[in-house]
Amino acid sequence: MDPKPLWLLAELTYKCPLQCPYCSNPLEFAGPRFKQELSTEEWCRVFREARALGVLQLGLSGGEPTLRPDLAELVSTAHGVGLYTSLITSAYRLTKERLAELKQAGLAHVQISIQGADAGLSDDIAGAASYADKIAAYRFTRELGFPLTVNVVLHRRNLHQVEALIRLAESLGAERIELANTQFYGWALHNRDALMPTRAQLDAAWRVVQRERARLGTRLEIVWVLPDYHEQYPKPCMGGWGRAYMTVTPAGEVWPCHAAGRITTLRFESVRDRSLEWIWEHSDAFTRFRGDAWMPEPCRSCPRKAQDFGGCRCQAFLVAGDAGVTDPVCSLSPHRHLIDAAVARVERAAREVEEPAEWTYRAAPASRAIAAKGG
Amino acid sequence: MSPASTLVVPRLHPKARLQRDDVRGRDVLLYPEGLVALNATGVEILGLCDGARSFAEIIATLEGRYGTTGLGPDVGAFLDGLAAKGLVTYGS
Repeated sequence: MDPKPLWLLAELTYKCPLQCPYCSNPLEFAGPRFKQELSTEEWCRVFREARALGVLQLGLSGGEPTLRPDLAELVSTAHGVGLYTSLITSAYRLTKERLAELKQAGLAHVQISIQGADAGLSDDIAGAASYADKIAAYRFTRELGFPLTVNVVLHRRNLHQVEALIRLAESLGAERIELANTQFYGWALHNRDALMPTRAQLDAAWRVVQRERARLGTRLEIVWVLPDYHEQYPKPCMGGWGRAYMTVTPAGEVWPCHAAGRITTLRFESVRDRSLEWIWEHSDAFTRFRGDAWMPEPCRSCPRKAQDFGGCRCQAFLVAGDAGVTDPVCSLSPHRHLIDAAVARVERAAREVEEPAEWTYRAAPASRAIAAKGG
Repeated sequence: MSPASTLVVPRLHPKARLQRDDVRGRDVLLYPEGLVALNATGVEILGLCDGARSFAEIIATLEGRYGTTGLGPDVGAFLDGLAAKGLVTYGS
C-alpha cells in the first residue's frame, strides 16, 4: 500500500514570547511568507482532511500555539474527528483555567519545553523570564491528569545539566523527558558555532542518561535524540520523506518536515489552494524524494538505505547545497568533510577559550535582518 | 500468571485511546508520540478491561465466549506487553 501520513504537525503561529537561539522555525519567520495565518475554519478543514487521509497523531505547535485565541475550538474539532492531540508549548503565561478548558475540549497530552534546570540558565537561553511559568504549568498539567512530556533542547550551554533536568522531570511526575540534542537547521544552523557541544560533553551526558535509565526503569521514559553530527550514519529523518509525516505552516504551506521549507529547489503547495490529499499524493514537495528512485550513490547500492532513507534532505541542501545527495553526516558521503570541519572548529575553540561563540536570539528584528540579506 | 495475580484488575491507562484506523483497516491504541496496532482479539481483551473485571474474570469471559480453556498465558502476555509501555495498569 502507498504510504499514508500518520502524523501532522500544525504550526498555528510563528509568534512566540521566547527567543531560543536554536528555534526550528524558519529564519525568515517574521517575513511575508508566513504572515497570513490560517483561519479557524481553514485549520478545522485541515484536521478533517488529515484524519480522512490517515493521520492519527496531531501536534499543535508554533511559535507559541497558546497565542491563538481559538485554540480550544481547534482542539475540540481535532479531538472530535479522532486525532490524538498534543499541545507543544513553552507554557509562557499558561494558566490552569486555560489548560482545564483545553482538557474539556479533548486535548490528550501536553509537552512543555524547558531551556535549563534552573531559572537563571533557562531564562537566559529562552531570552525571556519564563521558568516560573513553566514550573507552575507542569504542576497544573499533572493536577488536571494530562500525561506530561518535558522537552529540552540540548546544546553546549546546558548539556552539563542533564542529570538535574532528569531529576526535575522526575520530581514533576512527568511521563517522558525528551532530551533533544540540537539538530542544525534554521536558527540552530545560524548559531551552530555557539550551540554545538564538544564530544566530551556529549559523552558525559550520555553516561548520565544510561545510568538514569537504569535507575528509573519505566517510571520516566528518557528519550535521547542523537546529536547526528557526532554519529557515523545519518538519522532516518522523519521515518523517510513523505512516508508518515507532514507539517502545515501558519499560512498553510505543507512541508514534509518542519525544516523543508528552506529547500529552494522544491515547489510547496498551500492548503488554501489544494486539498491535503492532493498535496500528499501529487505535490513536488512530497513526491520528489519519496521512495528510493531518487537516490544517488553511495545510497543507491547501500544496504542501509531501507533503514535510514538516505538521511535528511534538508541537511543535504543546507550543508552540501543539493537536497538530492546523501546526507553529509553519513561517513560514506563525499561531503562528510564539511561536517567534520564544523565539529573540529568547535573542538578547537573549546580548547582555546572558555566561552563559546555568541548566539543570535530568535526574534522578529533579527529575522527581518536575515531575510533582507537573503537568508 | 500466578493465582494471586489473577485477582488484579487491569485498566487502560487514561493516556491511551482506542481508535479505529479506517484508512489502514485496523484498530490502534494511541498514546503520546506513538501507537500500537491491535488485532480483533486485542480489541476484545481491552474492551473487557473495564476497571471492574479481574484478570481471572476476563479470562473466564473469553473462554466462555470461545468455548475453550487455557487462554490465560496469551492474554497475560498481551496485557503485560501493554503494561510495560505504561498503557495498562494493574489495580485491585
